[in-house]
Parts: sequence; structure tokens; C-alpha cells
Amino acid sequence: MAAAIILVLVVVGSVAFHVLSPWWWTELASNWSYIDDTLIVTFWITGVVFVAVILFMAWCVFRFRHKEGRQALYEPENKKLEWWLTGLTALGVAAMLAPGLVVWHQFVTVPEDATEVEIVGQQWQWSYRLPGADGKLGTSDTRKVSYDNPLGLEPGDEAGRDDVVIEGGELHLPIGKPVKVLLRSVDVLHDFYVPEFRAKMDMVPGMVTYFWITPTRTGTFDVLCAELCGVGHAYMRGTVVVEEEVAYQAWLEQQQTFEQMTASAD
Amino acid sequence: MGLFQQLTEKPWLPSPLPLADARAIRLPAARLGLRVFCGVVTVLFFLLLVAYAERMAFEEWRPSAQPWLMWLNTALLLTASAGMQWAVTGVREERIEAVRTGLAGGGLFAVAFLAGQLVAWRQLALMTPFDITNASIAFFYLITALHGLHLLGGLVALGWTATRLQGDPPPAGLRLNVELCAVYWHFLLVVWLVLFGLLFSGNDNLEILLALCGVR
Amino acid sequence: MVERSLGPADIVPPFEVEDVELYHPKSWLTKYVFSQDAKIIAIQYSLTALAIGLVALVLSWLVRLQLGFPDYFTFIDATLYYQFITMHGMIMVIYLLTALFLGGFGNYLIPLMIGARDMVFPYVNMLSYWIYLLAVLVLAASFFTPGGPTGAGWTLYPPQAILAGTPGQESGIVLMLVSLILFIIGFTMGGLNYVVTVLQARARGMTLMRMPLTIWGIFTATVMALLAFPALFVGAVMMLFDKTLGTSFFMPAIVQGGEVMAYGGGSPILFQHLFWFFGHPEVYIVALPAFGIVSDLISTHARRNIFGYRMMVWAIVFIGALSFVVWAHHMYVSGMNPSFGFFFAVTTLIIAVPTAIKVYNWVLTLWRGDIHLTTPMLFALGFIVTFVSGGLTGLFLGNAVVDVPLSDTMFVVAHFHMVMGVAPILVIFGAIYHWYPKMTGRMLGETMGKVHFWTTFLGTYAIFFPMHYLGLLGVPRRYHELGVTSFIPDSAHTLNAFISIAAFIVGAAQILFLFNLVWSWFRGRPAGGNPWRATTLEWQTPETPPAHGNWGKELPVVYRWAYDYSVPGAKLDFVPQNQPTLSGG
Repeated sequence: MAAAIILVLVVVGSVAFHVLSPWWWTELASNWSYIDDTLIVTFWITGVVFVAVILFMAWCVFRFRHKEGRQALYEPENKKLEWWLTGLTALGVAAMLAPGLVVWHQFVTVPEDATEVEIVGQQWQWSYRLPGADGKLGTSDTRKVSYDNPLGLEPGDEAGRDDVVIEGGELHLPIGKPVKVLLRSVDVLHDFYVPEFRAKMDMVPGMVTYFWITPTRTGTFDVLCAELCGVGHAYMRGTVVVEEEVAYQAWLEQQQTFEQMTASAD
Repeated sequence: MGLFQQLTEKPWLPSPLPLADARAIRLPAARLGLRVFCGVVTVLFFLLLVAYAERMAFEEWRPSAQPWLMWLNTALLLTASAGMQWAVTGVREERIEAVRTGLAGGGLFAVAFLAGQLVAWRQLALMTPFDITNASIAFFYLITALHGLHLLGGLVALGWTATRLQGDPPPAGLRLNVELCAVYWHFLLVVWLVLFGLLFSGNDNLEILLALCGVR
Repeated sequence: MVERSLGPADIVPPFEVEDVELYHPKSWLTKYVFSQDAKIIAIQYSLTALAIGLVALVLSWLVRLQLGFPDYFTFIDATLYYQFITMHGMIMVIYLLTALFLGGFGNYLIPLMIGARDMVFPYVNMLSYWIYLLAVLVLAASFFTPGGPTGAGWTLYPPQAILAGTPGQESGIVLMLVSLILFIIGFTMGGLNYVVTVLQARARGMTLMRMPLTIWGIFTATVMALLAFPALFVGAVMMLFDKTLGTSFFMPAIVQGGEVMAYGGGSPILFQHLFWFFGHPEVYIVALPAFGIVSDLISTHARRNIFGYRMMVWAIVFIGALSFVVWAHHMYVSGMNPSFGFFFAVTTLIIAVPTAIKVYNWVLTLWRGDIHLTTPMLFALGFIVTFVSGGLTGLFLGNAVVDVPLSDTMFVVAHFHMVMGVAPILVIFGAIYHWYPKMTGRMLGETMGKVHFWTTFLGTYAIFFPMHYLGLLGVPRRYHELGVTSFIPDSAHTLNAFISIAAFIVGAAQILFLFNLVWSWFRGRPAGGNPWRATTLEWQTPETPPAHGNWGKELPVVYRWAYDYSVPGAKLDFVPQNQPTLSGG
């Protein structure tokens, strides 16, 4: 009896916690509302199943608790019931999977008009590189990293000369324009994580990975590292500023290009 | 009764099976144990092969030189297996002398193979330029070492079987031991032939195989 | 609908199979220390696993101290924190859960439940334990080496795991890898035994489908472990080479502290593939024995046959097979080829179907049962709640795109603790309460057991259920302090403190359990041979605790499946598997 009541209370408590919880996701600042929608669908389906299964269990515990003279039903299996349950479960799973796959397709398909931005992780700071006037990022090689060339750009590559290099500063992005974020690391794994953007991807040394977003809300957002990268992991912070095009251009003007950087070093 | 039938029977009904037959597999336990073990080892080397292939597709793959000695070593291992087979024939025909010769041959040639592998290690290490960060070289050492360790384990089992040859034991009592040793020898030979053929006999055999399978 | 014949089964003359040659211990040392008896080995495995598990429990307290009250315990810095979480995770997953389910319960229950005298290779079985002990000692030694144990996270991802900037990179990581390699060698010896014993040494009449689900779970998990551990073995050996010999299997060109390192060309993702090719089956290596055991607990204590036995067996086998093609769902945001995401999301969500069937069948076994709310039964019910909760959140993380915002947050931590931490641990407790009478001849204290259950169950639920919401908020995992952020409100810190307090209460309850284990050994109520009135063979041994060889002169003969509870027409509400007729006799 008590056990059944506590089981019911667990269900009621869980649902109440979910509804009343002040801890909920941050306000979205990118185009990935589909991700949030898929999450909501998943919450509903799994929530219903959770409540149904545990309440049924609580009822069984109450209704069929041991009493003198009670005999359990001998029933090895019930094919019909089992197939029904299997079918319903498959249906529920499909209802979560289908939107998930559609949105995943969008997630991995970068729009053609996306501009490229490179983010480089190193222990324990973020650096950024934006294409210069030619709209192209130059090639890079980790082995070329040095004090004067923190991101390891190929000095010989024409395309890289006008690239804007920002070491340890903040990144600005224009609102409403799709960005393909190219991710690189020069030492260990990192993960560029802005909760408001929803999208994230690991940075892997020796590879270039990517994700894409369209910022939809101006503001200043915290950047955290989401992949364990050593003792400084929790301190690897940064800032992303999403702003209107005009402000963005004004900011861009002030940044140093790779060519200027190497020139000033000489 | 097939496995499928066994797994679909309704166990709450009286068994259709005479009780005496209620066993899935009729093999001496040691034989089955060895088979399972060989399965595990196969997975191990298969994963190494997959890792090799994946690493090969990553940047900066530099094929390494192959010591010519490996061909000779392969022949030694082949002979060792033949020796073990000789012992098996001997034990089946109850000729204890053949068992002795076969086991001695199998053991000695296996030791010779291991020694040859060590020399090949040395040969590769003396080649210039030698660069341990080159994955093809590192894989060579890793894979030959793991294969060698498995053979070494086999030699321990062989040694134990050999001690039982002292005196004049009836060959029938030895039959299972000798056969199991031989199975293990043949297994390690096959593993070696696959590894050698794909990885160490020519630099692009694995590449060719992957291309044939349409993976790459 | 009841389909069964009520007539007596054919009575066969007992035992015509050749006698198994048993090793007879000659001294105290070979009887209790270097023992070849699976039951002693099982107890050795269990005690070792519990001992190292206690270390992991203490580590989790230290972790929670820091997370709940980041300003008070300044001695826990980032270095120590990462060492604590790494060792906690690794110990719990490998050295406690895997060892306890397979080495502990596997060794104890397999021979008894299938009606064998012992494992088929007792000597190898003994070696298995001693190598496991060595692995545990090597692991424990890393606490005392310069630089301390590794703090690379239990996933040990390279390049970080072996580079400066990670705690324990001096020697801790080497000991960790060596310990894992030893563990795998030891486990392979034990695993061969379990598989061959189940296939070869079953008593007469014990067809595959008459085996209790406990055996099915342990058997399938062992087969999986034999196939999955080689991947960890390969990964560990390769990383050991990278660390000690300077090879570059997983190490690309790296610049650290302004210096270009000698490494070059390696693939960090390759390690992740190897790790998770082991790591995901590992989840089920822990879960399947728990599934099996909980099925038997529910059936016995609800006095009802397990509902849909055949479906349960097929589901175990299907889950086991499928778990080998889902590993990359741990890697949606790892930078691997994104098109893999489609395949792995599909396989991962498919696995939810057989898993759900198992849950339905457990609950349907309760339905129209005769439920005795004994301590083992309570733990089984607690398992269903936490497993359903943790399993359903798995559907979030398995669905590639939903995983993107949640990966590497506390949501993941909450999910896997619920599903493969709390749920299997509850089963372990339930199983100990259930089989302790067989192992010692005495019952565990029931009142203490109930207090232990409710504190542990409600406490762990209070720890991990709210934790999901921290993850949803965006709190990342593996942060020893959250620092100042714009999106984490103060209330999240309060919640963290609450979670920590719940964790300490749960931890304290385990002391009661340990006390109960010791107290009942001397003072527990004598149990008799079959206190739960269960059908399976281990309860039908001539002696309790079972003697060496288990069965006295004659091996049992099996006439029925393991679930003949409340059979219409039977005299009692259970019919033991070795009883030829319903009425007994």
C-alpha cells in the first residue's frame, strides 16, 4: 500500500518538477528552433510513456499485493498483447525519429550562401579567423604555429594574407546571415559551445570540423568549452556578440589582418 | 534439433525432446573453449586491421619498407604448423614417436619464427630514415608483437603437453591436447597469413582489397 | 489462456552422465584463497569489486562536495577534481559493475542455476580472479604515484589523455592502461568459462529455453564482452605505445606551449571509434545481467511466471546483437562524418523497441500476480522506475539532432547515471538480498533492508532526476566550478547543493547495508534451503550454502522451465524445475 502511494508520488513529483522547474533551456538565439521542437515532441512522448508505465505499475502493486488466498494468474504469454505493445512502441519511436532525421539533415547541410568563420581552440583560449576581402580563408597547418603566427596559417598562401586573425578576443557575428563555423584545434579536443545557439561540434586536432547557424537575436553570449581539454577546461571562456550588419562592419574594420600581424612582428 | 527450433520452443509445454538430448553442442569443453578463444583473438586482429585501414585513410600515410626476412619467417611458421599436423596424425595412429617428432618440430619452428621476427624488428629499426611516428612502422611492431605473444602463449601450452610425453603414456590420453595445440597453431598461421598478406608483403594489398570491396 | 498438460512428465532415471572430475582442495589455502570453486571465486570477485567500489563511492562524495559547495572545499582543485571523476567513472563501470555482474553473480549463479558442479575450467577461473585483483591493485597504485591517477575523464580521449595539462599524465595514465589490459586478459579467461559452461555443462533436461533469464542475461552479456573488450584492448595498447614509445596512432601534429611536438598524422577519432565500439556494448554488458536478474526477482516475488518468456529471451539476444551497431551515437558531435548520424540514430532508436518490450513484460508480470513486497521485490520495482526514466532520456540522446544541444551537459551525466549507474546497482542490491540466504544460510535483516531501499531509491532519484534540468539549462559536465556565466542562475547552485546533500544521504545509507551484511552473517534469521519458495535449481541444492560440487551424489534432472509459479492444479504455488510432477514426489 505504502509502496504504491510512494510510486504514485514519484510520478506526480516528477511531472510537477518538470512543469514548475525554473531550470529550462536558454532563450534561443539561432535558427535551430527545430531542435527545440524535436525536443518538445520527445518530452511529450517519453513523458506519457513514463507516467503510464509507472502508474500502471503502482496500480498493480496496490491491486495485486499479497493477501491470504490470492493466486496469481498462470499465463506464459499473450502474443496479441505483446504484438500490440510492440507496434505502438515502434510507432512512438518513429514519431520521434522521423523529425529527428529531417532536422539532422538540415543540421549537416550547410546553405550555399553561408559565410565561413574559423574558430581555433588551444589550451585554453579561443581564437578566430574571418575571411578578408577575397571572401576566402587561406590554408593552415598546425606545424606552422609560432608566436607570430598563432593559428598556423601558410605564409605562402595568397588567400590567407587578408584573413582577419583575432587571438583570444571576442567574436562578432552579423544577425540574420548563415555562418559556416569551421573548427580547428592545435592541441587537444575542444568544443565551441554557446548554449543559446544549440549547435555545437568538437574541435579535433588534425581535422577541420564544422557546424552552421544563422544568428537570430542580437546580444552578447558566453562561450564555454564542452569537451574536456585538461585542467583549464572550466576556464576556457569566450564571448560571441551578435549585432546588426552596420555595427558588425564597423567592428570588422578595426581588426588586424594576417599580413598586418606579420608585418608588425618584423 | 536446430538452434532456431530450440529458441522458439514453448518451454512451459512438455519438452518434445528426450531428456538425454537436451544439450546444445556436443564437443569436449576444451575444444569449444579453444574455439571461443580463437573467435576472441580473431576479433582482436580484425579490429587492428580495421584500425590500420582507417589510419591509412587519414593524413600523412607513409608506407614503410618491408624486411625481406618476413617471407622466410612465414615459411618457418608454415613448417611449424606442418609439424603439428604430423603430431596429430601420429596421435591418431597411436605412433608416439611421430607425436614426439611432430611436437618438437612444431615447437622449434615456432621458436625459430619468433626469433626471425625479432631479427626483422632489428632490420626495420636499422633502416634509415627510421621514424616511430610513422604509423605503418608502428603498426608493424604492434601487430607482430601481439601475434608473437599469442604464439608464445601457445608455446606454454605446447610445453605442458610435452611434459606429459615423458615416460610412455598411451597416445589416446594425449590426443585432445595434441589436437588442440595443432588447431591453435593452424589458427595463428591463418591469422599470420592474412596479416602478412594484407599488410606486410606489399604496401598496398589492403588498399587493393578495400577497393575491390568498394569501400574505398 | 493456459496451455499445459497437467499430467506427470516422463520420469527419467537420474543421472547417467559421466561424473565431472572435481578438483579437491587439500589445504585451507587452496580451499579459501587459491580456490577453484566458482562459489568462492564469486565471493572473492564480489568482495574485491565492493572494496574498490567503496573507493569510487568516496570519490563521488568528494566530487559532490566540490559541485555542491564550490567555495568551501578549496583543497579540491581542478586537478584533483578531474582525477576524482575519472577514477570514479572507470572504477564504477569496469571494476565494479562488470566485475560484480559477471565475475560475481556469473560465477555464483551459472553452475548452480544450470545444474552443473562447477565451471568447466576451474583453474582458468581461479587465474581470472587473480588477474582481476592484480588489475585492481595496479589501478589503486596510481593513487600513490607521482602526479597521481589520470584525470583524462573515464573516456580517456587522446590526445589530451597523454599530454601535459592533464592530471596524471606522468604515470597515472600508464597504470590506467596497463590495468585495463590486465582486466581484459583476466575477464577473457573468466568469460570463456561462463560461455562454455552454459553451452556444455547444463544438467539433463535444461534446454536453452528452460534456462532462467538470469542465465540468459549473463550469458549474452559475456558473449558481448568477449567480442567488445578486444576493441578496448586494441585502443589501450595503441595509446600505451603513443605514450611510451612516441608512436602516433592517435596523435596528430600538436603544438603545446608554443612547441611543435614530434607527433604527427594520427587520428584522435579512431580512438573514439575503438572506445565506443567497446563502450556501448559495455552498457548492455552491465544492463543485460541486470535485466535477467530482475526478471527472476519479479517472477519469484510476484509468484507469477515471467510474462512473455520467449519474447524476453529474444529481446536479450536482439539487444545484444544490435548494441554492436550503435556505438557512434556517442559521437554525434565528435567531428566524425556527419552522414553517419542518420544510420546510428536509426539503429539506436530501434533498440528502444526490444528494451520497451522488456519493461512491459516486467510490469505485466506484476499484473494479476500475488505480489510480496519483500526487499528484493522493492529493489526490482525501484529498478523499473529508474530504468524507465533513464531509458526514456536515452531517446533524447540517441536522436542525433536532439543530442546536439544536450551532449556534454549534465543531462548526459544524469541519463547514464540513472540508466547504468542507479538501475543496475539497485538490481545488485536486490540480488544480494535475494541470494544472500543461499550464500550464507541466513536472511538479511528485512527492516534494515527496507530502510536501505527507500533511502537509496528515493535518494538517487532526487539526485539524478533534477540533474537533467541542469543539463537542459546548458550546464556543461566535467566543470569543477561553473564560474560566472550569463545563463546559469543562482538557483542552479542551490539545486546543486540539494543534489549533493541527497548524495551524502544515499552514501550514508550504504553503511547501513554493509552493517546488515555483517550483522546478518552472524545474527540473521536462519533461511533454510528455499526461503523464497523459488523454482530455480540453485534453491534445490541438498545443502545450504551449497557444498563444493553443489549437488551431492547426483546431478539434478530438469523437467520444466524456471517459471512454474501458481500453476493451476499444483499443490504449492511453485514447482521446482527438478520436480517431475506438479503435485510433488
